[in-house]
Amino acid sequence: MYIIEMQNITKKFPGIVANDDVTLQLKKGEIHALLGENGAGKSTLMSVLFGLYKPEGGRILKNGQEVNITGPNDATALGIGMVHQHFKLVHNFTVLENIILGVETTHRGVLQMKDAREKVLSLSKQYGLGIDVGKEIQDITVGMQQRVEILKMLYRENEILIFDEPTAVLTPQEIDALMQTMKGLAAEGRSILFITHKLDEIKAVADRCTVLRKGKKIGTVDVADTSKEELSEMMVGRKVVLSLDKKEANVGELILDVRGLSMKGEDGHKNKLTDVSLTVNAGEIVCVAGIEGNGQTDLVYALTGLAPISGGAITMMGKDITKTKIRERGRLGMAHIPEDRHRHGLVLDYILAYNAILQIYFTPRFQQSGFLKQGEIRDYAEWLIRQFDIRSGRGADTITRSMSGGNQQKVIVGREIDRDPHLLIAVQPTRGLDVGAIEHIHQQLLKQRDEGKAVLLISLELEEVMNISDRILVMYEGEIVANADPKAVSYQELGLYMSGAKREVVG
Amino acid sequence: MRGLFKGDGGLSVLSSLVAVIAGLLVGLVVLLLTDASQAFPAFINILTAGFQSIRNFGEVLYFATPIILTGLSVGFAMKTGLFNIGAAGQFTFGAYVAVLIGVQATFLPPPVRLLVSLLAAMLAGALWGAIPGLLKAFRNVHEVISCIMTNWIGIFLVNWLILNTIFDAERNSTMRVPAAANMPGLGLGEFFQGDAIRPSSVNSGILIAILTAIVVYIILEKTKFGYELKACGFNQDAAKYAGISEKRNIVLSMMISGAIAGLGGALHFLSGAGITMNVANVLSSEGFTGISVALLGLNNPIGIIFGGLLIAYLHLGGFQMQVFGFVPEIIEIVTAVIIYFCAFVLLVKMMLTRAAQKSAAQKPPDGAGPPDSNKEGGQG
Repeated sequence: MYIIEMQNITKKFPGIVANDDVTLQLKKGEIHALLGENGAGKSTLMSVLFGLYKPEGGRILKNGQEVNITGPNDATALGIGMVHQHFKLVHNFTVLENIILGVETTHRGVLQMKDAREKVLSLSKQYGLGIDVGKEIQDITVGMQQRVEILKMLYRENEILIFDEPTAVLTPQEIDALMQTMKGLAAEGRSILFITHKLDEIKAVADRCTVLRKGKKIGTVDVADTSKEELSEMMVGRKVVLSLDKKEANVGELILDVRGLSMKGEDGHKNKLTDVSLTVNAGEIVCVAGIEGNGQTDLVYALTGLAPISGGAITMMGKDITKTKIRERGRLGMAHIPEDRHRHGLVLDYILAYNAILQIYFTPRFQQSGFLKQGEIRDYAEWLIRQFDIRSGRGADTITRSMSGGNQQKVIVGREIDRDPHLLIAVQPTRGLDVGAIEHIHQQLLKQRDEGKAVLLISLELEEVMNISDRILVMYEGEIVANADPKAVSYQELGLYMSGAKREVVG
Repeated sequence: MRGLFKGDGGLSVLSSLVAVIAGLLVGLVVLLLTDASQAFPAFINILTAGFQSIRNFGEVLYFATPIILTGLSVGFAMKTGLFNIGAAGQFTFGAYVAVLIGVQATFLPPPVRLLVSLLAAMLAGALWGAIPGLLKAFRNVHEVISCIMTNWIGIFLVNWLILNTIFDAERNSTMRVPAAANMPGLGLGEFFQGDAIRPSSVNSGILIAILTAIVVYIILEKTKFGYELKACGFNQDAAKYAGISEKRNIVLSMMISGAIAGLGGALHFLSGAGITMNVANVLSSEGFTGISVALLGLNNPIGIIFGGLLIAYLHLGGFQMQVFGFVPEIIEIVTAVIIYFCAFVLLVKMMLTRAAQKSAAQKPPDGAGPPDSNKEGGQG
């Protein structure tokens, strides 16, 4: 008897089978991991369970009884709750208001907050969540927001809890706390579905693990009897090298020199950047680590010229580029793989070929007296497609919007690397990509380094930071609080820097 | 021509047709409610008027000329991410400057005067379009607001200017431009005369309208400038990232858009059909019809030619409604309904595309997509 059993679920979208005869069995009181690459069908399967999609085939049973879930309300009624990857919280509501939202008790139309407050407080205490229910969401940390989401499920007395990639936004310490909470909930008899692609976390908390690949179920295994290598092989379908083959850095001349950079916040708010100084030399990868929203984005905007700075100086290869225009910075040898590929990196409604030339369309190679050279553009795009193994429906003519995220990213990475820059600024270049694509992009970054380019990598993934960088800078609230050697620093220590609990003076 | 109906072209044409048919059907209902006995003959007349005689078709071309240009004006701006609702003001401003030169610049020989009129009209339209452009680029004022303002400022300013320069008090309008300084007929009027008593009003303006559409198409699809403009229109952030000055492009785009509308104003009042600019406190309807034309043509320059012809065709049918005892305004209702349905069909089309994207988002990346995307590259 399973508390939830999804039998032979098939869900099709035009041109693709997102779930192909997938069966998932969740035992009462277990932590069950759902492992798969991006696009393997994890989210689709959970959306089916949550009633967001209607499957073409298969059925869902709760405690052996077939149930019909047609929407989130049905799911909630069955005791199914979900912590989404992007939290569903109202930012200017208090914690308490967010928790009761949708299940408010009212008396003649007037909210009854007193009972709710007591219940939330006792739950928070019981699970050691330590939440101040009176604070507004915008004033609490991301880790705290996640606990609010968990409290929301507990308040609704959900017994089946789905966590969708819950650790992506957390510090190592917060991840540990979350793992403890999850274990505690399971020990109480609640059943947890844990969606992730991080093998360490599965090994740390999960009892069993179901692996999906390309919409198909590969198998369900007991985590205790399965190694990380076996899990990753099930996920990717081939052997994966989990550690990178990395040569010693051959550090050369100074390429980027940033002194005392600061950026004002929007009226009244505190500075986005305060006195940031850093250097990047040829032949090294300097990684900026930190929790999302601690000024990394602003730092990149300042360096690339996307946003104005209020103080400090930026020098690239001995030339002051503090006031230089974006295009000119590019001409001087700065390439930029942007954080948000849909916002900055691509014109999604342009064809692939037009996005391939986004940074070089004005060069004589691609235009003559103002007219685009269509033939050259197409040839270049096709060369880029071959060079970086970019897959798409109609080659150079594919509308970029219709391509998968990984292939869109390959267009950007390929395009930027091919500019043969002196300085490559890569912002979360592997976000949302699967293991295979991540491996490929990491190799490209290392290749750039080994060819003597300066690489500035901004990443939220500590594992990436530790594996690939030659030097780590940690940002906290718009300041650089640590300059660390990846060989000498521990995950825990980085976590302390990232959460502001510790700082060293950086010159 | 490959770029004309790229990708979802079939769907685009279909959605325009659905809008037109739905609009016509609602129009029929209105006719039935007004006078059931005459409704069907009148409706048939709307559908056939433009083809009833060769002269009628000439008139369709004549009516289409200014609205193709205002349509191009709106469509061009739309392609670059701007909603130029100010075509009416730019149209009027261009028209005034053209007529002013046509009437007063007697020192220039008529053909030269005509050319100067057209160029000056474009310049005037461009300047009038530049105002909302500058406000948008440097002060972040939404172009719709400033366009509405410049429309009214334009009307009153032009009225005042007419009163002080080329006013003909007897007819409460501008003086007439001498025939020689109007658009040459090139024999088109006679060609489309058929067996009618008078020649058709069609003149060389329609050729300029079509030529403008082709030029706009080339600018947008074939040039570096068009690449930049459309990049700004599709995604301003990405354009900025690529080092394209989005401020400059907003201003330029509004100026070009205004120039096209101004040219439309010149062609309308230099048509030689005897119409003059009245001094009245109303916005030119051509400016707003341009929005309908652009919508129907889905902002595609070549589609806009057909959108303009279609609306002109319906308008001609509208004029003849009086024969059946209806007011000609009935056709405005039909056009309005078509526009509503256009917006509606666009919405449906957008929702369909969204749905397709949503399912695309579920696609496994990297080669696990639909079978045809598994192949590398393809033949392009």
